[in-house]
This record gives sequence, C-alpha cells and structure tokens, in this order.
Amino acid sequence: MFASHIDKKITTPDVDMVPSRNGYGEGLVAAGEQNEQVVALCADLTESTRTHLFKEQFPERFVQVGIAEQNMASVASGMAAMGKVPFIASYAMFSPGRNWEQVRTTIAYNDANVKLIGAHAGISVGPDGATHQAIEDMALMRVVPNMVVIAPADSVEAKKAVVAAAQYQGPVYIRVGREKTPVVTTEASPFAIGKAEMMLDKYASSERSVGIVVTGTLLYVALVAGRELNEQGIAVSVLHMPTVKPLDTEALASLAAEHDSIVTVEEHQAIGGLGGAVCEYLSETNPKKVGRVGVHDMFGQSGTPEELMAHYGLDQAAIVKKVKEVV
Amino acid sequence: MNYLSSEDVRVLEGRANDIRLSIIEMLVAAGSGHTAGPLDMADIFALLYFSVLKHNPEEPNWEDRDRLVLSAGHICPVLYATMAHAGYFPVEELTTLRKFGTRLQGHPHRTALPGVETTSGPLGSGLSQAVGMAIAERMDNPYTSKFIYCVTGDGEWQEGQMWEAAMLAGKEQLHNLVVIVDRNGIQIDGYTKDVMPLESLRDKFEAFNFDVQEVDGHNIRMVNDAIGKAQSVYGQPSVIIAHTVAAKGVDVFERDFRWHGNPPGKGPEDRVSRDEQSKVALKKLRTLGGMIEPSDS
Repeated sequence: MFASHIDKKITTPDVDMVPSRNGYGEGLVAAGEQNEQVVALCADLTESTRTHLFKEQFPERFVQVGIAEQNMASVASGMAAMGKVPFIASYAMFSPGRNWEQVRTTIAYNDANVKLIGAHAGISVGPDGATHQAIEDMALMRVVPNMVVIAPADSVEAKKAVVAAAQYQGPVYIRVGREKTPVVTTEASPFAIGKAEMMLDKYASSERSVGIVVTGTLLYVALVAGRELNEQGIAVSVLHMPTVKPLDTEALASLAAEHDSIVTVEEHQAIGGLGGAVCEYLSETNPKKVGRVGVHDMFGQSGTPEELMAHYGLDQAAIVKKVKEVV
Repeated sequence: MNYLSSEDVRVLEGRANDIRLSIIEMLVAAGSGHTAGPLDMADIFALLYFSVLKHNPEEPNWEDRDRLVLSAGHICPVLYATMAHAGYFPVEELTTLRKFGTRLQGHPHRTALPGVETTSGPLGSGLSQAVGMAIAERMDNPYTSKFIYCVTGDGEWQEGQMWEAAMLAGKEQLHNLVVIVDRNGIQIDGYTKDVMPLESLRDKFEAFNFDVQEVDGHNIRMVNDAIGKAQSVYGQPSVIIAHTVAAKGVDVFERDFRWHGNPPGKGPEDRVSRDEQSKVALKKLRTLGGMIEPSDS
C-alpha cells in the first residue's frame, strides 16, 4: 500500500489542498533563518511567488529588480560571487524561460551558487493561457551542466527542497505550481536532493507489472491511479522522483528490474523532462517499454486546471489508460 | 585616488605598450580573436591593474580586493596580457590563448583562471553581475570603499539587459560601482552609428541616475582623474565614457571596424597586406618606446 509516512488524509475527501509555491515562501524564510547569507531577488512577482514572506522578515536582504528577469539572473550571479546565497523567483516561463542564456552562462557555467525558483510551472496555471504555462522548463534546465532540477510533490516537500537547496553548493532549479494541489508528503517523509522514494509498492498479483515514475505535483494522481490499478488486478508501483537531475539511477534501475514496463508522469512536455531522462537512462541500461504521461509537443491554452489536465492527458484517467497500454 | 607624477604616467604608458605587444603576439599565435578593442583599452587596463585596483596577484581571491568585471568578454586579450604583466601568471602562457587545454579561454571563464572575476562573452550580462557585487558588498558594509569596476564595450549598450542593469544601479544608488565604456565607435558589422546609434550616451546615463564623465581613453592622467572623481561620488553609480581610437597603437589598423574581430594576418588589406600585418604591428609598437601618441579624439 502507500508508504507509511505519507499523509493518511490523501485517501479521503479531506486531503489538504495547498499550492506548492507556499512551500517556497516558507522554506525561504527557514533558510534565511539558518544562514544570514541567504538573499532573495524578485522581478515584480513578490507575493505571487511567495517571496514576500522573506521580504517581510528580512527586508534588508531582499532586492526588487523590477520586471527584468535577465538582469535578475546575472545580478544574483554577482551577489553569489561576493558570498551570498541568492534565490531568484519569477514565473518559470520568464525565469528560466526568458533568461535561459544568462542562467547558463552567468550562473551554471560560472558555477555561481544561485537558486532559481520557477513558479506557476505547468499547464495548471489555467486561465492565463499558454503564454504563462511553462511546460518546457525542466528540459531547459536539465541540459545545462552543473544544474540540479527539482520538482517537489507538494508544499511540504517544496519547503524541504528549498532548505536543502540553500545548503547545497551550486546552482539549483526548483519548479513550483500556482494551483492548490493535494498535500501528500508529511514532515516524516524523507527528502534529499537526488533521492527518489517508493510511495506505493505493487500489491495486485498480475503476471505483468508496471512501475510508475512521477515527478512534481502529479504524485497524488499517480498514487490514486496506482491504487485503482492494483484494485483492478494490475500490479503497479509508484516511484516518486522529485529530483529530475541528477536522476536517482539506483532507484530507477531497481524499479526497472522489478517491473515489466515503465510509465513516466509529469506536468511538462513529454520531451526532455522526466520522461526523456528515464528513457535515456533505461535505453542504455535496461531497455524496456516506457509510456510517457505528459504534454505531447503542444502548447497549452486557457481553461480551468481540471479541464486542461483532462484535455492534455495529465489526470488519473490518463495515467490508468497509459498503464494499460504498456502493461 | 592615486596621484600620478609625470614619471608614473610614463611608466604606465610603457606598461600599456608592453601589453599591446603581448596582445599582438597572442592573437597571432591564436590565429583568431579580437584586435581593435584590446589594443584601444590597453592604456586603461595598465592604469587599472598597475595603479587603481586594490588587488594582489599572489592572492587572487583576497577578500578585500576591488573587483574588475570585464563585461565585454571578447576583449579578453587585454585582460589576460595585463594580468600576466601584473604577475598573475607567466607572460609565456599568453600564447596559449584559445588553444586546447588553456586557462586563457576564447572568452574569459572564471573557474579557469584565478583572478578572472566572472565568466563573460555573451554581451550584456557583465554589468548585471557587477551590480550584484555592488549590492552584496553594500549589504555587508554600507560604508565600503571597495569598488566594483565594470568595463563594457559601446556596442554592448545595444543589449537590453545593460539598461535593465543600469536602471537597477541607479535605483540602488550604487556609488561603489564605476562603469567604464570603451567608446571606440565600432562593432563587428560596422560603425556603431550605422549599426545602431547609441548617442546621446551621456543623456541616457544621466536619465538613469548615473554620474557621467567623458574622457580621452588614451590619456592616462585624464582617466585617472575621472576614476578619482567617480570614487568620491555619493548616492549615484558612476560611468566614465572613455573615447578611444579603435585598435589604438597600430596606426595602420586604427579606426577600421574590420579590425574588431580579426587577428593580425587575417584583417583588411587596404593599408597593409596580410603577411605583413603582424610584423608591421610589432615593429610599430616597438618604436613607440613607451610614448603613446596624443589622441585626436
């Protein structure tokens, strides 16, 4: 069944719903309390990214750069060169979207100790439409050397990821979402950069089995889909992979060894993100059929998050369908 | 500021000439690279590294050093040559420029060479980094006398990010930031006035809350005086627009935009043939004997 440390309420209608971006704001304050070198920069989205919590607590350590994400990335690099641990936050579409080259050259290649927060990641941004729905950000960051890429499952894990990023030496990208999403993990759930966690062990006794690998806020739907499939008699496990780079290849290798096929789940393009990373690794080590739940080479559009997740095939039904395709 | 005697100025002019010779030698050895900008910034780099900067070549990461950010990374031959002459690394290493395994990457890379403050090359991002350094320094030490110097090209000011950085520097009143613009009037495709006019730079900087000075970038005493004044400005960042003659020092290369991105041996042949370019350049510099010709800009 589900891992013992996850929130028991996820099996009930009372599951807590909190935007994962809240975890950034809380984690940033915690990191700021732990280390006085932690500073925050924002490009006119201070409240929306939850950076305002830090700004209120440490006003002298906050820099408002205005609507200028390219400048923000390189200013942060300069601050890191003087010993600061800068966090820069904007919508993922603008940072690391618009400022990709500045992130690559002045942060990653320069090995600057800067942490990037891409808020409003994914199509669940909803009514704002495709211009504001970053579904390419993990691909953009994953190809950059030195960069760590993390997609936390919920607000609790986002807070842990932010604290861990502040303690880690080097560039880190963390994506968080706008919408309220189910809180799956608890204080007791383990989190370490680069570590995956088995969240559901298969318990049906079918001949063939499927290992789901999920990143980000789709952990909840992956778990409920996994439970539904086991109840239907299809043996399915769910591996939670918050760090997309570096990939926890040990956990992935075990999953692949113990299941006949794999399904990846992410609120991102199916190209270049978790699905790409898993296929790249398995094709070199243990080739087997991989189905990818993600957006398939399309832009988003306006709509409610629920409408969009259903339309683009990112909901529980889509995961169940994909598992049945590859099993 | 440092006051310069006539002898000091003569010594610095000699340094600048040595730096120019090294620039030609390293570009010829590399077979590629930029010529005009490095040559025309040699006087200012000699002044910075041999008089203005608080730094220690034997301890490149000394915490209290001033920071020199080269935003226009493509003119790195002048940075490398000056650093070598200042004692950061052996002068002989200069001819490894752009070669496999070198610490002297085609555009400067921070982690490759101690003393290089930041990775640069893609234009427009160095000033932002200098602004970040100035903000961070002021957070730790509001009464700082540590200066962040940022050398930019002029064509580079066509990049939007430069103005984003300038806006923030003005807003934050970064008086520990001194920007030096190499106003040589050229860029790779032509003269800046044709490719994308920049004037009035003075008015633009003033509108962004900068203290603005304009100097002859080859007159070492004048540049030194301007830096001294910039250091005493309060509540504003400073910019020194250094009017330079592109490729200054080798008369047959001067003022021709085609020397922006070509090394001796691969430049325009109107005034000197390709086989003669490196020989003529070295001979010309050797006969200067430390005297920098008066600028007519």
